[in-house]
Amino acid sequence: MILDVARFTKAERPYWQELDTLLRRLDDDPGAANSLADAERFHYLYQRSSADLSRLSTFSADPDLREYLQSLVARAYAEIHETRERRGPELHQVRSFRKWFLSTFPRTFRKHIRAFQLSLAITVAGAAFGAAALHFDPQSKPVMLPFSHLMGNPADRVAREEKAKDDHMSGHRGTFASQLMTNNIRVSLFAFGLGITWGLGTVVVLFYNGVILGAVGADYIQAGQAKFLFGWLMPHGAIEIPAILLAGQAGFMLASALIGWGDRTSRRERMGAISKDLLTIAGGASLLLVWAGIVESFFSQYHEPVLPYAVKIAFGSVELFALFFFLLRAGANE
Amino acid sequence: MNRTAQRRLAIRTPEGVEFSLVLAGPMTRFLAWVIDVCAIGVASSMIVKLLYLLAFINPDLAIAASTLSYFVLSIGYGIGLEWLWRGQTIGKRVLGLRVMDARGLKLHVSQIVIRNVLRAVDTLPVFYMVGGIACAVNRYSQRLGDIAANTVVVRRQPLAIPDISAILGERYNSLLNYPNLATRLRHRAKPELVEIALEALGRRGTLDPAARLRVFDELAARFRALVEFPEEATLQITSEQYIRNCIEIILKPAVRSVVVHPAAPQEVS
Repeated sequence: MILDVARFTKAERPYWQELDTLLRRLDDDPGAANSLADAERFHYLYQRSSADLSRLSTFSADPDLREYLQSLVARAYAEIHETRERRGPELHQVRSFRKWFLSTFPRTFRKHIRAFQLSLAITVAGAAFGAAALHFDPQSKPVMLPFSHLMGNPADRVAREEKAKDDHMSGHRGTFASQLMTNNIRVSLFAFGLGITWGLGTVVVLFYNGVILGAVGADYIQAGQAKFLFGWLMPHGAIEIPAILLAGQAGFMLASALIGWGDRTSRRERMGAISKDLLTIAGGASLLLVWAGIVESFFSQYHEPVLPYAVKIAFGSVELFALFFFLLRAGANE
Repeated sequence: MNRTAQRRLAIRTPEGVEFSLVLAGPMTRFLAWVIDVCAIGVASSMIVKLLYLLAFINPDLAIAASTLSYFVLSIGYGIGLEWLWRGQTIGKRVLGLRVMDARGLKLHVSQIVIRNVLRAVDTLPVFYMVGGIACAVNRYSQRLGDIAANTVVVRRQPLAIPDISAILGERYNSLLNYPNLATRLRHRAKPELVEIALEALGRRGTLDPAARLRVFDELAARFRALVEFPEEATLQITSEQYIRNCIEIILKPAVRSVVVHPAAPQEVS
């Protein structure tokens, strides 16, 4: 086919420019309402430009002109063929945060509960391993608990903290809370992100977390400090540990979409279908960790006689019960 | 860069039209990231200095606020800017890159968040090694975050309608005196060769004289192999002008009508 590119460009330029103007308008104001006539005109211009691109593609045309038309058609294509929720509803979702947190988040949790169960099972396995290792080989403590404040004898720590007269957290509660929040959110997002390693990285993070938890538990229980342990861990742990399990859940959801066992759709489609759910679970877990950080800094670090262990354990138990009631029941009627 | 060597994402529309987007390579993306890291560093140091004014009232609050603000900035920078600027951060803007949905559709907030959260994995163990390797071996130059979010990073494409007359110039085209040969050239010229010739003409000013001469000599030899014009038509014109004349014949066939044709030598018996 022979095409006079100069004449062709001159004839078609007004249509391309009109389409470009419409696209710029849509870019500037994505939520703007368009009349039926506008939509029809937009569709006509898209089809005309697509046909022009088709004509140029079969001919030795100027590559810059082809690039220009490809860019124009690509932008119009994104507008015409987008069938997912538009930017408007997403902004609306951010505004109606309450609905997202109280309904979308628990429903998404339940939709992918198997991934949560796997996350829980791996953490429990890690905790059992950590507890058993510390019980049968107490020399392994420095390897499993590389934290200076956990290295000593639990009974000594309990005696020291219960005797403390001054408020050891005074003047740096806020700093401690912010460090806890950022560190825990970072670890959780990491556990989620490692789902991209076909879930292997998520397994490692969850198992290692479980090992630390099990080893600490075994260490304090063997030393006869179970009450202190639960009083210390329950207020923040009741939220923090499930939040990390939720991050693990998101990691396994990602891994499942990546692997796609028994799913005949393409990886791109699977990833596209799961992305909002991933965001919901990871976002929910991060919010829970903000709460856990505040509780750990302002509540968990105070022990008897300042705060009775029974109060702390009761507080943690109520939190845990409320969290699982919320995750298992909230939004069920919608 | 030669267009044929670029990685591209081809999308075929339901209407049967195929278009492609030029994908950004790992090095360009790494440079964009370096710019972004500098931007985050500058912004966070300014915020921290401002927040330290709080230390006069409450030092604990000042440290907590600066810890949180750095965390929010380091995670929220990419998310916020890619959302506001439709797939661009400062680094991507400077280098002309943009994040796009891998199916050519509009970028969603969930995709932006996922690709930015997974940055933590891509940066492992240092300097984006995991992401860089993934980007180099993936056919769509995707790092792990892009694979999870179903996104690609593309180079910005031209927004202005190009004008080929500016490249071709207004000089007399002696080859147009041979319409039969010109038609043959139009039929035989492959799009790839025309593309390379146009690229060379567009970038001729950036080449040093020796390289420019060599490039156009090689290209002229390729075009001569397709159709051999008589010597009098090509006498005293440089290889560069020869290429310009060939491209004019291929892209502007209408020029024929304004040329007065003398008797073509090969038609004389």
